[in-house]
Amino acid sequence: MNARRETRLWLAQRASAAVLAVCVATHLATMIVAVRAGLTASDILGRTHGSIGWAAFYALFVVAVAIHAPLGLRTIAGEWLGFRGRAADIVFALFGATLLGLGALAIAAVTR
Amino acid sequence: MTGDWRNRGHPAYWAFLVHRLSGIALALFLPIHFLVLAQALRGAGPLDAFLAWTHRPLVIGSEIALVFALAVHLTGGLRLLFVEFVGWKSEAQKAAIAIAGGLAAFCAIAFALNVV
Repeated sequence: MNARRETRLWLAQRASAAVLAVCVATHLATMIVAVRAGLTASDILGRTHGSIGWAAFYALFVVAVAIHAPLGLRTIAGEWLGFRGRAADIVFALFGATLLGLGALAIAAVTR
Repeated sequence: MTGDWRNRGHPAYWAFLVHRLSGIALALFLPIHFLVLAQALRGAGPLDAFLAWTHRPLVIGSEIALVFALAVHLTGGLRLLFVEFVGWKSEAQKAAIAIAGGLAAFCAIAFALNVV
């Protein structure tokens, strides 16, 4: 285990957590208000379509979660399943890349 | 924490477990969430068809559970950031865990009241 690399990953997870705290709080508040009148595609797209602000917000959200979630799963897999090392690094890097790709697709779908 | 069962009676152990399990649930849910939203690439119709499917009681119950998981991961995570970067005050931990759980329950109940 490379201690310097692990420290960097630990910091990346905490920094992404701090960003996510703001994003998730905003997302929760939006969801709670949005479902009030029943959620339809036109409601969602009406709010986000063509909005640079929402696109930037969701882009930041997706990047932060694509860093945070794989690192969290990597720690859990290492501690609970003993799954660590190069194979684990590759699996969770691929998971992060998948989140990034699918997240970009979702942002394009709701904001274009 | 492993190997010492005495720790498992402390609320911090349960907070740790809830944080991990909610994190796993959210990580598994995220790709599905993104794929559902990506249906809007084909227009509002496919997304509306999916949203109509989500009006089933079991799906609504799952949504409320997911909102709780998201909120409890947020509030539990804020507590952890505070412990790691500000400091650990043992006597305050039970209160911090109760506040984190209470805020998460508030979010889930507010969502449930609006969605049902």
